[in-house]
Amino acid sequence: MSIFYYKFYILPAKVINSRQAESVTDGSMKIKNGKIFLDDLDRKILEILRDNAKLTYTEIGKRLGVAHSTIYERIKRLEENGIIKKYTTIVDADRLGFKPTVAIVTVYTDPKESENIAKKLAKKRNVLEVLISLSEELLIIARVVAENQEKLHSFIANYVAPLPGVLRIRTSIITKKVKELDSASSII
Amino acid sequence: MKKVSKDKAFYFFTSIGNYTGEKAHSLEEFLEKVKGIDIKSLEFHLYRGDFEKWIREVLGIKELAEKMDEIQKLNLKGETLRTLIYETGSKFLKEYS
Repeated sequence: MSIFYYKFYILPAKVINSRQAESVTDGSMKIKNGKIFLDDLDRKILEILRDNAKLTYTEIGKRLGVAHSTIYERIKRLEENGIIKKYTTIVDADRLGFKPTVAIVTVYTDPKESENIAKKLAKKRNVLEVLISLSEELLIIARVVAENQEKLHSFIANYVAPLPGVLRIRTSIITKKVKELDSASSII
Repeated sequence: MKKVSKDKAFYFFTSIGNYTGEKAHSLEEFLEKVKGIDIKSLEFHLYRGDFEKWIREVLGIKELAEKMDEIQKLNLKGETLRTLIYETGSKFLKEYS
């Protein structure tokens, strides 16, 4: 098992399936009113890269029965249009002997302060994700990582709780990850 | 008695990362909160040594911090624990204020 594996990110907001487009050109990427339309080949390339972003153009081409030059052009266009946001590396912390504590931290906030709280949380390196939700109350949901439970508690007690507008906090420590997929993967 | 800033206040949690929304900036305020806070919060903080540490390091009251340490060793739970923490703190306040 490798310590590293590669992951790439795609930008979901601007992407629409070619089936949804009013008119589609012959396989090339169409941009209309700022929206980008993908064809089947684009989607298949993204699917393959999602699984392994290190594959060569030739390997992808072989799998799809398409020339590597076509794959190169398609990927270049997906990158240039911001569909592929970046290629990154996922480190397997277990292999390096780390057992980090990951938690979903729900912060109940004064609505006037929620944006500020979210921005302050987002600046912290150990905060992996920050989301704002308006259900019955205004909530900020953050995915937080720490070396251990004590350091997680210390971060919440000394940094999060004293932020102006924090009303209360609920924390769920993650014990097992069953599935992880970027949000765009399920809708493209 | 000394009143501390927001970043030095005592924040009451019931378990790791679960903040009740209650905080205290002084010993007087701390004792008021002790009267009504969820008992799980008192048990959580006392047995982690958080009360002793805050009283000693932030409020600077060594005698009361030592008393909190003694209470911790009694291994009490529930309302008996609440009463003892409250009465110990109140007695100290009466004597020294």
